[in-house]
This record gives sequence, C-alpha cells and structure tokens, in this order.
Amino acid sequence: MPETTFLDSTELVLNMGPQHPSTHGVLRVILKLDGEKVNGTECVIGYLHRGVEKIGENRTYQQFAPYVDRMDYVAAVSNGLGYCLAVEKLLNIEAPPRAQATRVILTELNRIASHLLWLGTHALDIGAITPVFYCFREREEVLKIFENYCGARLTTHAFRIGGLQYELYDGFEKQVNDFCDMFLPKVEEYEELLTNNRIWVNRLKGVGILNGDECKEYGVTGPVLRAAGVKWDLRKAQPYSGYEQYDFEIPTGENGDTYDRYLVRMEEMRQSVRIIRQATAKIPAGPIGKTPKVIKPPTGEAYVSIEAPKGELGYFIVSDNSTQPYRVRVRPPSFVNLQALDRMVRGGLIADVVAIIGTLDIVLGEVDR
Amino acid sequence: MAATPWDGELPQQLKARFGGKISDYSTYLGQNFVVATPDAVIPILEFLKLEGDFDYLVDITAVDYPNRPERFDLVYILYSFARNERLRVKCMIADGDKPATAVPVHTGANWLEREVFDMFGVQFAGHPDMRRILLPEEWQGFPLRKDHSIIQQDDRWVKENLGIESGQ
Repeated sequence: MPETTFLDSTELVLNMGPQHPSTHGVLRVILKLDGEKVNGTECVIGYLHRGVEKIGENRTYQQFAPYVDRMDYVAAVSNGLGYCLAVEKLLNIEAPPRAQATRVILTELNRIASHLLWLGTHALDIGAITPVFYCFREREEVLKIFENYCGARLTTHAFRIGGLQYELYDGFEKQVNDFCDMFLPKVEEYEELLTNNRIWVNRLKGVGILNGDECKEYGVTGPVLRAAGVKWDLRKAQPYSGYEQYDFEIPTGENGDTYDRYLVRMEEMRQSVRIIRQATAKIPAGPIGKTPKVIKPPTGEAYVSIEAPKGELGYFIVSDNSTQPYRVRVRPPSFVNLQALDRMVRGGLIADVVAIIGTLDIVLGEVDR
Repeated sequence: MAATPWDGELPQQLKARFGGKISDYSTYLGQNFVVATPDAVIPILEFLKLEGDFDYLVDITAVDYPNRPERFDLVYILYSFARNERLRVKCMIADGDKPATAVPVHTGANWLEREVFDMFGVQFAGHPDMRRILLPEEWQGFPLRKDHSIIQQDDRWVKENLGIESGQ
C-alpha cells in the first residue's frame, strides 16, 4: 500500500443547495472538487415539480391558462403570451391589432422586470449589495402597471385566448411612457455602479464561457446564446404579435462569458424600452378580441414558441377536438439552459459557480414545472 | 383543416436518402413534420444536422395513445438557424421499446430524454445516464401516461420518505 501524505488530495464531493441562497430557488448542485477547482457537477432538480403538463391535460383550454403563469413566475406575462399564441394557432385565429400591441407592451415590460430581478440578485450573489435595491425600486413601477391593468402583480394572467380580457385603463399610455422616461437614466445608473467596477469585471470576465457552437449543441437560447455572438432572437427570426412593425436591435456579445451576458441583458432592457415607446405611440383602436366560450380546436398538433426573457419558450399542444388539450408540452428555456451548467463550471473555481448560476438566469419553477 | 402533403427540396432529399423509412411528409398550420420508423430517427437527425443545417434540437417529447398498439408518439422538434425553419420528426413506438438515444447527435438531448423516461417510462438505448430527472429516483409510476390518474401517486414512497399517509 502506498504511503499517503497530507499533500495527497482526493476528490471532495460538496453539496450545494437545495436551500442555498444563490441557487435562486431549490436547485441542488453536487460539486466534485479538487481544492478550489471544480471537476464536475451534477444537478438535482425536481423539488418544485407540480406536474403542470398533467394538469393541462385535465383542464379545459381556458382553465389551464392561469397555471402557465406559475412556471416562470418572474415573467408570467411571457408564459401567458406563449400559451395564448399556441392555442390561437390551433384554432387558426389571430388576436386583433389592439390586443397585439397591448400584448407587446406588457410582455416587454415583463422582460424589463425579469431582467431587473436577474440583475439585482446576480449582483447580490457576487457581493454588490446596492443594485438589488435599485432594481427592485424600478421593478415595482412595472408591477404597479400590471396591477393597474389586471389586478395582479406577479401571476398576472393578463391575456386571454383570442385577445385580452380587459380594455386598457385611462392613463395607461401616460403611465407607461412615464416609466420609460424614468427608467432609461436608471439603466445608466446601474451601469455606473457595475460596468467598469473593478471587482465586477474581475469576477465576470472570462468566467463561464460558452461559445456559439456549444450553445447550439445544448440548445441554449436567449441572452446566453446572443452573448456568444449568435444574432438570433425569435422576435426577429419568426415575428409574432406584430413584432415586425417595431424597430429594435438584437444586442450580441463576443466572448460568451458572464460579462458579455451582463452587457447583453443591459442592452436588451434599453431595446425593450424602445419597443414599448413605439408600441404605446400607436396603439390601434378597435376591439380587444373576444374569447370563444367553448374552445375545441380541430384534431391536430402545433408547436409555437416565443422569445421569453430567458430564451425560447415553446408550447407543443396536441388537440383531439375536445375542450381539453390531449397533451400540453412546455419547452422551458431554463430547463434546457441549465443543462449547460456542467460545461460552463468545469475546470473553473468554486466561487465562480455562484456567478455562473446567476448568469444563466434560471427560474426553478420553470425548470421543474 | 387537415394536414396537407409537404413537398419541396428537403422532402425530396429525405426521400432519396431514406426512401420507405419515412412514411409521411405533411404540413399542418404551416408546420412541417415527417413520420419515420423508429430505427431511422437518429440517422435522420444526423442527416438533417449535417446536410440540412438543422443544428438545434429544440425539444424531445412524447404523446401517449393507450389504445394503439404502438402506444407512444415520440416527437423531435428541430430548428435550423441557417434556414430559419422548423421541422418535427415523429415516430411511433410500443410500450417496452427502446429507441436509440439522440445524445451522440445532439448533446442537449440528454435531459430531454431523461424527462421522457421520467414521465412516460420510455427507455432510450445507449443513453449515458438513463435515470429519472424530475421525480425521485425510487418513485414508481409514470405520471404522463394516460392510464395514470391525476391524483394518483406513489403512496409507498410518500409514506416512507415524508412520513405522511398521502400528499393530497
């Protein structure tokens, strides 16, 4: 038997989570460590599994709509939009222009809210305390708009199949425009705090690199893919809800590291403001759409996806010409993106695991469904 | 509105390459899909990735039809960045069949196939890590099968691990 000395190192298995504050929910990561170096990881997920897809098969099309808000609960409006579009596709109908413009405004506001929550918590994980208060302050204004519009702040159920439930309230445009005016200087403020901050840059640059080919290999989408230099956004590639009418850029990064993902998301918030301004300037008059009383799509199946704040959110629905979907499959961006975690942290340092989980911007409600 | 036949350059290429292995080329609501025999699915995915630029595997899922001899539909949703097109590849398999894994072609298939196994009990041959992903490993039953009721659960697991009679 060889003599061992105290300098010999063996692999250390460390359990992180499910109750770890920086895992943003109940994610458990088993880390295999060699000192500070990460040799491999294994994700244990499912703690929040509620069987959303099974529930969908046992509810009518209308009844299932509020459930989808509970997947990615920080971007409930996007979930609802994707679901409504998928059922509308099966029914072969389209929401009227007024409803579409409203949908775009609310979804983009939700993208800002989602990115703000990401920025605040991500910065907090890395040790910057101030941004989280700033971000929640501005996020509150978005949630107030949601509350004024439909009475709910988080799980909004803002849209209905075929259009909208509620007409816009008086002063909606003004409140949204006021928010836009107020918000853009705030983004500068966040950037002043972070972008050239030496600690921030050192913790983020070159950390968790995922290049474009690796992203495609894993099916990773959203800001993570764009930060790797792939200029792909479903709002441009396959426009829905009238996104083709709006003028906006797709921000991309170069290195595919955590710092680029930060820059991409910051720019996305500015672009969202651009879209919101264009949309509020010309909300068409007309009906807001009427939800059919009985929804019975003809037998068949369809896959519809949207650009959610976290990536491609898809719904694959199979109809058997009854009032309940035969099968609802949700293609969650967080679940697919999380799979790349192992590739991103392998060979890095244990302190970077926290930064990388933060930069992936996952929501466990959506990972586990 | 029923599915209409899908014709074009890509179906022609697939026909020339796979012949009788693909039984159906259709379009429904503007979305193209092909129905293939289970053994041809992985070669088709590989062909589409290398020759057709369908380099992004969006999703793998299954649909249960308990009254059919081939009980499950396996659905592979593909996307091509270069063409900006989607394509679904479907096959039908019986309960107990072990279709080949897509992991060698698309790394991202790993978790997606694990979820299909977790929810439907379809095992993928050659998969590097064929375990449950969302439910606990010792859990009995496959919840998304149609004969699995919505309130049904693994009572034994709940009793042993949570110390309660029922989770309902």
